[in-house]
Amino acid sequence: MKTHLLLDDNDPQSELSTLNLGPTHPATHGVFQNVLQLDGERIVSGVSTIGYIHRAFEKISEHRPFYQITPLTDRMNYCSSPINNMGWHMTVEKLLGIKTPKRVDYLRIIIMELARIADHLICNSVLGVDTGATAGFFYVMEYRELIYEIYEEVCGSRLTTNIGRIGGFERNFNDIAFAKIKKFQKEYPVVLKEFENLLTRNRIFIDRTKDVARVPAETALSYSWSGPLLRAAGIDYDVRAMEPYCSYEDLDFEIPVGTSGDVYDRFLVRNAEMWQSLRMIDQCMAKIEKEPKDVFHADVPEFYLPPKQEVYNNMEALIYHFKIVMGEIETPVGEVYHAVEGGNGELGFYLVNDGGRSPYRLHFRRPCFINYQMYAPMSRGMLLSDAIINMSSMNVIAGELDA
Amino acid sequence: MGKITNEELLNSIKAKFESDVTEVTEPYGLLTFETSREKITDLLTFLKTDPALQFIYLTDLTGIHYPEQEKQIGVIYHLHSLINGVRVRIKVFMDENDLHIPTATTIWDGANWMERETYDFFGVIFDGHPDLRRILNVDDMTVFPMRKEYPLEDPNRVDKRDYFFGR
Repeated sequence: MKTHLLLDDNDPQSELSTLNLGPTHPATHGVFQNVLQLDGERIVSGVSTIGYIHRAFEKISEHRPFYQITPLTDRMNYCSSPINNMGWHMTVEKLLGIKTPKRVDYLRIIIMELARIADHLICNSVLGVDTGATAGFFYVMEYRELIYEIYEEVCGSRLTTNIGRIGGFERNFNDIAFAKIKKFQKEYPVVLKEFENLLTRNRIFIDRTKDVARVPAETALSYSWSGPLLRAAGIDYDVRAMEPYCSYEDLDFEIPVGTSGDVYDRFLVRNAEMWQSLRMIDQCMAKIEKEPKDVFHADVPEFYLPPKQEVYNNMEALIYHFKIVMGEIETPVGEVYHAVEGGNGELGFYLVNDGGRSPYRLHFRRPCFINYQMYAPMSRGMLLSDAIINMSSMNVIAGELDA
Repeated sequence: MGKITNEELLNSIKAKFESDVTEVTEPYGLLTFETSREKITDLLTFLKTDPALQFIYLTDLTGIHYPEQEKQIGVIYHLHSLINGVRVRIKVFMDENDLHIPTATTIWDGANWMERETYDFFGVIFDGHPDLRRILNVDDMTVFPMRKEYPLEDPNRVDKRDYFFGR
C-alpha cells in the first residue's frame, strides 16, 4: 500500500518535528488532515489529505431523478445550502428551457443573499474566534438564527434546506416569513456595523491578520481561485455580475475587491459583501411589491409537482404527479454548465443528460475543493498560528471539499 | 454576451488548429469541440496566451465515461476568458487501454487537484503531473468508481438481500 505521506521524516538526525493537524482538530473546523513539518513554529512543508467525508454524490446523482438531487447539494456547502439548491434548480431549468417569473427570481435572490450573509457571517466571526475575539461570534449568531428561522418559514428546515423546487418554490412565502425578513433588514445593519467596529480597526486583530498569507492576483488566478478569496486578491470576478442569472442584472450592486489577498483583506471583502447582500435584499423586497402576489413557481406542470388536493381530485394533476414521481417525463438530450456565485466562489454544475430520468453525468465544480489545494503550498514558511487563521479565512467547508 | 462571439472564437482557433478541432457544437450557447491529446497542451497554451483570447482561468477539469463508444473515456476542460466574458468547453477522448494525456499543471497550478480527482474516479493518467495520487477515495482502492461498469452499491453487500425482508 502506498503511503499517503510524502514528507521525508525518516531521518533520525532531523531537527524538524512532524505535526498532524487534523483530521479532527478543533481549530480546523472540519475534517481535514494536514501533516506539517515544523522547524520550531515555522512550517517547512505540508501535505493535505482530504476525502474523509467523501459521499460519492456524483455517482449517486447518476441514479436519481433531478428533483432528488437537490438534497445532495444541501450537504456540500451546508453553511449556505440554499445557494446550492437554487444553483441546481437553475441548472435543470436551463436544460429544460424553463423561464421563471420575475417574482420567483426575486424571492430566490432574497433567500440566496440571506444564505450568503449567513455564510460570510460564520466565516468572519470564526476568524474572530481564532484570533481570540469570541464576543463577536456570539453576538452575530443571533442573526444567523434569524436567517435559519426565515428558511424554516419558507421550507420547513434549517441547515440542509432542500429549499425550492424545479421551477420555483414549493409554497408561497407566508406573512411570518416576510415579517422576519423585514425584521432582519431593520436590525441586521446595526449588528453588522457593531461587528465591524469590534474587529476592523482592532489593533490586535489587524496585527494577527494583516500581511498573513498574501496572495498575488496572478497566483490566485493560476490556482483557479474564485469568490471572496479571488476578489480579496484584486480580481473583480463575480458570477452574479459576469454572467447574471436569476435576474441579478435587474439589481444595482457593487463588487468589493481587496488589494493584497491577505487574511485581513478577505475579512474586509466578506464584510463589504454582506452590505451588498443587504442592498440586494432591500431592492428585491421593493421589487416584489410590484409583482403578482400569488406567483411562486413557473407554469410547468410536467416538472412541478401539483398540490396534493389536486392530485386526489383532478385527473390531469394525478397523471402529472405520477409521471414526475416515476420519472417518465422526457427531458432534452444535451449538456449544460451553469455557475452560480456560492458563498466560497463559483459553484458550477456540469450536467450531461441523455434524456433519461437521471443525469448521465453530473459534476460539481466545488469552489472549496479548488481553493483549498493551495493551502499546503502557501503554508510554507508561515507560522503555525498564521496557518490556522489562514485556513479559517479560506472558509473551507468539509462537505463541499469532499462532495 | 461576451466581447467576442463563439464564431470569432472558433475562427481564431481554427486558424491555428484547423484539422484538430472536430465535433464543434454549441449546446446552450457554450462553444464545445473535441481535439486530440497530442494537440491539447498546444491548444490550451494558445488559448491562455493569445492576447485577443486570454483564457486565463481554468474553471473545471473532469472526466466522463461512454462505455459504448470506441474511445470510451473523455477529459473535459472548461475554460473562461474573464476579459471577454466567454467560456469554452474542450473534450479529449481516449481509448480505455491507453489513458494517457499530458498534464495541464504546466499551464495552471490549479489543475493539480482537478487532475488527481479525474485520475481517482476515471483512471486517466496525466503524464507529467507532479503528484498523481488518489485524492477522495482510499489509497488502496483498485477500481475507478465513476466508470459506468461499477454499480452504485457494492455488489458484495449482503444486508439488502431480499430474503432479509421476506421477499
